[in-house]
Amino acid sequence: MLEIKNLHVAVDGKEILKGLTLSIGAGEVHAIMGPNGSGKSTLSYTLAGRAGYDITDGSILYKGEDLAAMPPEERAAKGVFLAMQYPVEIPGVTTMTFLKTALNSQRRARGQSDLDAVGVLKLVRAKAKALNVSEEMLKRALNVGFSGGEKKRLETLQMALFEPSLAILDETDSGLDIDALRLVAEGVNALRDPARAMLVITHYQRLLDYIVPDRIHVLAKGRIVAEGGKELALELEAKGYEHIVGQAA
Amino acid sequence: MSSAAQKETRKAVAELGDKYKYGFVTDIEMERAPKGLSEDTVRYISAKKGEPEWMLEWRLAAFRRWVQMKEPDWARVHYPKIDYQNAYYYAAPKSTPLKQSLDEVDPKLLETYNKLGIPLHEQMALAGVAVDAVFDSVSVATTFKEKLNQAGVIFCPISEAIRDYPDLVKKYLGTVVPVTDNFFATLNSAVFSDGTFVYVPKGVRCPMELSTYFRINASETGQFERTLIVADEGSYVSYLEGCTAPKRDENQLHAAVVELVALDDAEIKYSTVQNWYPGDEDGKGGIYNFVTKRGDCRGRKSKISWTQVETGSAITWKYPSCILRGDDSVGEFYSIAIANHFQQADTGTKMIHLGRNTKSRIISKGISAGKAQNTYRGLVSVYGKAQNARNYTQCDSLLIGGECGAHTVPYIESRNPSARIEHEATTSKIAEDQLFYCLQRGIPQDEAVSLIVNGFCKEVLQQLPMEFAVEAQKLVGISLEGSVG
Repeated sequence: MLEIKNLHVAVDGKEILKGLTLSIGAGEVHAIMGPNGSGKSTLSYTLAGRAGYDITDGSILYKGEDLAAMPPEERAAKGVFLAMQYPVEIPGVTTMTFLKTALNSQRRARGQSDLDAVGVLKLVRAKAKALNVSEEMLKRALNVGFSGGEKKRLETLQMALFEPSLAILDETDSGLDIDALRLVAEGVNALRDPARAMLVITHYQRLLDYIVPDRIHVLAKGRIVAEGGKELALELEAKGYEHIVGQAA
Repeated sequence: MSSAAQKETRKAVAELGDKYKYGFVTDIEMERAPKGLSEDTVRYISAKKGEPEWMLEWRLAAFRRWVQMKEPDWARVHYPKIDYQNAYYYAAPKSTPLKQSLDEVDPKLLETYNKLGIPLHEQMALAGVAVDAVFDSVSVATTFKEKLNQAGVIFCPISEAIRDYPDLVKKYLGTVVPVTDNFFATLNSAVFSDGTFVYVPKGVRCPMELSTYFRINASETGQFERTLIVADEGSYVSYLEGCTAPKRDENQLHAAVVELVALDDAEIKYSTVQNWYPGDEDGKGGIYNFVTKRGDCRGRKSKISWTQVETGSAITWKYPSCILRGDDSVGEFYSIAIANHFQQADTGTKMIHLGRNTKSRIISKGISAGKAQNTYRGLVSVYGKAQNARNYTQCDSLLIGGECGAHTVPYIESRNPSARIEHEATTSKIAEDQLFYCLQRGIPQDEAVSLIVNGFCKEVLQQLPMEFAVEAQKLVGISLEGSVG
């Protein structure tokens, strides 16, 4: 599904990722853990194609295609989804309008016809209930005045709605209390699928109690410095990043 | 409102969709007044219209006043000096006799309307929108007169009203915007060639949305239409105005006057979607739009509401205003002004509180992109007798890119201590993270800009008749296409 080789990424001329290599197969859930400033967000933005994240070396293959060559909206249409750490507010645009616009934009890019308002509403309603996203929330302006939990639930709802092949979850646990975290994690787990790959990016082990990964990679100073099964998270929690990063160095 | 009516209007605005597709010129033989402006020009126009003596005198008085006036220069707009002697002040399709059925209309003219998306034939059959189409200076065809007649509503070209309803015209013309009001209004008073007259009698709710499409066709022709709408006691009327003009390299002058009169308990809702040619991406050509629009809430509990979506014109100089004369009267101004490339917009409103318990509300949304300059200029004035006057003003500016400008110039005057005046203003930019968020969800850039800007304008778009608003939203997006690099 995703094949990253020797990836170097610079932001404002400063190299953040320094030769990252990572491979995720369909149906797998991988976690990337790392201390602040290790390049976790840079990796997620690079995969999503945000402007200003310049690939200076290496390659990213997604379903065998060169991901770096695609504009961000094309990546979205082809199934790359990034659940953001800080979902943005768009005043005056109702959440429902946004979902409809996004869904139909993706459909159009794939050569499918638009869904009408009723069709979108049905689809959204069917997915919203499990994530405790109320009708009232869908009528409010996108993320405006939403609590941290509401924002993350809405991100998860979009993931459910767009049915991506590759879902990247960037610090999904930040700003969530334990109940909200559990709800979001359940939503994510429900989306585990043999055809879908997931990349869960987090600083804390806590999230991985709920979303249990197949494989964990530790990112430090722009490189993967350690890899292992889910037990690696516990080791990190117990001994701290310094220990593992220090060992690798 | 019947949905067929709105469908028609919608279609018309939908046509605005494909960039500036109105850059076509209809090749019709035109009859013109000699170039330049003099008393003879005024007499020529008046004679062409078959006007009574009193109207000619009214025009001549305006002209004599105008020659002594100076063009105003206080607005934040810059343009080369206009040579008023180097323009035509009257142009009419040559083959047009007075009063006619649609069948007699030059097929080429009808074709023009079709390109504009207002097929009159179709409208006769299925739409509830009565359209008084102004083609350059002469109203060519007025539809739906009969149905309106049954309700007692008069909706006709103003030239016709001058002949057929002289008492009504005499009673109200120039009472809201006096002949001497300002340079451009006075010029209009001297040379206006046509426009629309509406009279809604006592207690009548106008049975359909009234709509006029203006279009400037002949080159080097100024368009000076004159609109007068009178809502008698307890009546209601909603009027939609859409404007387009063909692409030309030279600039064209448009100086219209609109007067609204609302008597006791009457309400007038006046909506404009203005998409005059804005000039090209280098700032060449485009309409100079110098318009005086004013409503007089003359009666108790009367209400006048202006809604405007301004996306066109090289220069916009326009301040639709309300005189809140009657006690408990209400004035509203909802505005979206979009300026892209080299467009300059200086627009806003005046709310003049004269009566007691008068209320006004101003919601202005200015969007600047490219190298455009966008100014909100507004006056809220509370006179001594306006006990308990209330005003709420909200001015929001949105900037796209780093080379444009937004300016807010509010004037507030209060001579009554009981007045309550609120003013809120914000300036924001389309943030990179908002755009990225949209892109990541699969929404292409131009569509994302349109979505964000429409969200920004929402409170104003909501004021438009609903289905009309849907298409206005598209226009908002299209006028900003490619504005984010």
